[in-house]
Amino acid sequence: MQIHQYDTVIVGAGGAGMRAAIESTQRSRTAVLTKLYPTRSHTGAAQGGMCAALANVEEDNWEWHTFDTVKGGDYLVDQDAAEIMCKEAIDAVLDLEKMGLPFSRTEQGRIDQRRFGGHSRNHGEAPVRRSCYAADRTGHMILQTLFQNCVKHGVEFFNEFYVLDLLINEGKTAGVVAYELATGEIHVFQAKSVVFASGGTGKFFKVSSNAHTLTGDGQALVYRRGLPLEDMEFFQFHPTGIWRMGILLTEGARGEGGILRNKDGERFMERYAPVMKDLASRDVCSRAIYTEIREGRGCGPDGDHVYLDLTHLPPEQLDAKLPDITEFARTYLGIEPYTDPIPIQPTAHYAMGGIPTNVEGEVLRNNTDIVPGLYAAGEVACVSVHGANRLGTNSLLDINVFGKRAGIAAADYAQTVDFTELPENPAEKVQALVDGLRESTGTESVAQIRKELQETMDANAMVYRTGATLKQAVEDIAALRARYKNVSIQDKGFRYNTDLLEAVELGNLLDLAEVLAVSALAREESRGGHYREDFPTRDDVKFMQHTMAYQEVAADGTTSIRLDYKPVVTTRYQPMERKY
Amino acid sequence: MEKHSAALDAAESDETQLITVTFRIRRFNPEEHPDPVWVDYQLTMDPKERVLDALNKIKWEQDGTLTYRRSCAHGICGSDAMRINGRNRLACKTLIKDVNPEKPITIEAIKGLTVLKDLIVDMDPFFQAYKDVMPFLITKGNEPTRERLQSAEDRERFDDTTKCILCAACTSSCPVFWNDGQYFGPAAIVNAHRFIFDSRDEGAEQRLEILNDREGVWRCRTTFNCSEACPRGIEVTKAIQEVKRALVTRRF
Repeated sequence: MQIHQYDTVIVGAGGAGMRAAIESTQRSRTAVLTKLYPTRSHTGAAQGGMCAALANVEEDNWEWHTFDTVKGGDYLVDQDAAEIMCKEAIDAVLDLEKMGLPFSRTEQGRIDQRRFGGHSRNHGEAPVRRSCYAADRTGHMILQTLFQNCVKHGVEFFNEFYVLDLLINEGKTAGVVAYELATGEIHVFQAKSVVFASGGTGKFFKVSSNAHTLTGDGQALVYRRGLPLEDMEFFQFHPTGIWRMGILLTEGARGEGGILRNKDGERFMERYAPVMKDLASRDVCSRAIYTEIREGRGCGPDGDHVYLDLTHLPPEQLDAKLPDITEFARTYLGIEPYTDPIPIQPTAHYAMGGIPTNVEGEVLRNNTDIVPGLYAAGEVACVSVHGANRLGTNSLLDINVFGKRAGIAAADYAQTVDFTELPENPAEKVQALVDGLRESTGTESVAQIRKELQETMDANAMVYRTGATLKQAVEDIAALRARYKNVSIQDKGFRYNTDLLEAVELGNLLDLAEVLAVSALAREESRGGHYREDFPTRDDVKFMQHTMAYQEVAADGTTSIRLDYKPVVTTRYQPMERKY
Repeated sequence: MEKHSAALDAAESDETQLITVTFRIRRFNPEEHPDPVWVDYQLTMDPKERVLDALNKIKWEQDGTLTYRRSCAHGICGSDAMRINGRNRLACKTLIKDVNPEKPITIEAIKGLTVLKDLIVDMDPFFQAYKDVMPFLITKGNEPTRERLQSAEDRERFDDTTKCILCAACTSSCPVFWNDGQYFGPAAIVNAHRFIFDSRDEGAEQRLEILNDREGVWRCRTTFNCSEACPRGIEVTKAIQEVKRALVTRRF
């Protein structure tokens, strides 16, 4: 076992982690621990853009953006946080441009902007051009630009280091424990402040836009240390994933004029969202797609998908604005999007919930108090700027605004305190975990349990939910968690043991799936991405509050989930009926 | 809808002809044995699936010790560059039907970088070469309050090389790099190009001097392997030629 000491440790090197690292490296001795080489992070898969009210192409302002964000989140958004994000969005985009990000440009040489779902002029009057973009690889450009600037600032990366535990001593952050993939060695990183920026958890669904690596590692290990997870029942299903595969096709495709059509060729979104049509928010579009499918208007032999139609757009526009997603259609479906509509279905995309933080990125241990020295930013966190449904592009905004804030706050805090003493045997828990898996002679397979988990989540906890389906999910997950105790792996080695880490990741997915299902079962209303057929309306009296889920461990070691609730911060906007 | 094309009908068809495919994988684990060994795996697959799907199927159902890197699974993260039937490709962007599944499909680690286990190579020298070309915007100050202006034409000038995902498919397909590990390699030059031809950047002279080194662009023998290997369709050889020309003319 090796022991390292850094002022600030950042866990994860996607957009939020690297944005934080650029700040904290200039202020404190910083290490970034990442289970992937930084440029492999899933920020790179984001396509459509990053919204900011630059007003480069038409009138816009940050207050409209704030309203859209709050409405998009079905009024579960903390409005103080949303206001900060939408104000700072402008500088966040300009910061990236100054770092070198090659945005697509207007005729006048300014950053170009395009339409995106749920983003409107003057509180819902009409779609507005707000999304700053670089063709359909904005996330790729953000990830590359941030990595380039990490190189410039000499950020110290520990690549392929899996953080498996958080160390807290007497209520204060003491560091993390990591597993080095190359050698199997365990490293303890003592740190004054720790920033979690480890991304989402979308791999507990089968049809998902998420990378194989998005297994909720940060959420799970914080949760197991007794800290709450907020609003985990709110998971976004992006309307346009490639049918069956789930690969993302950007909402920017509809921003450029693409249309959703059913088997009759009808532009069905006109019925569901008369003003915003195909640019309604994602939860609205995904439900509409499933309604079309359920009512027999789906496409294909089994009627189980609809079309994203780009065929009316000029090929030059597709080549210039949507080159990557048109190539995905060619590569994976063998069709020509110039002339063929693209078969799509909603795909599990984004966790609105996560580790609760305040606007400085400080992690909450209950509704009001923080854990000194602990920070989170990006998809792993819940500020909450996304509420019950995130607007398109606001994730790239979130990672930049709150990644920067968390990086500054963590480094500043580290300047003011001494190291917290490491607990006794700091690596004990991680050692037991990896030894247990390596030595297990159990009969259960990681792949089989993961497959069954994904199947029950897709069947029971997706776009449409009921009490009965969620109970089924809770039951199935409990059974899978029991079987997981008897899981074994084939690779018993120390060198690049990805077999072992897949088993660890599955344990994370199982715990978080349970939190999602239990939180969803308790929320007897429909709001944003959480739709209960048995409670089809929003209930602001009972449920305009955030879910806070805690793991309780009984004396015999069995665990259960305790749910609590936290008030929503409402400033300017009182809840209204949500129409697009 | 209008009449469907045959391609769309095929894409939506439920009738898949599953086939039996052999994957011949070059396995290497120095913990077990000092030498690499070729191992065959037989699978029943839909030929429209990806080679990465096949690797996952092997790992999840037959042999958990098979080791490779993967993340996004749709050609954007650059984790899974490997030699498939002797050519560098991303496993997640290569469909089984496109690599002649009637015969055994061979899979091995990319060349020119030290193999650490199975399909995993040491990427550190690759990233070092990237870092050595100063892959970040260099300016002399005069920062505007808003964005720097850049015409759409100037933005287009370096668009191709911004697509790079640092997968190393190009660099590890280059015969010069195989024989001379000191050579910067195509990927580093592509990333230098991305800044040299960016109208906002003022560090081109510094980068060109770095690439004027004996291990720099002049080692390129224009074999076009890199352009063929690039999963992002970047015209890598052309970019290298443009850097060479910029070195001669000092115009960019």
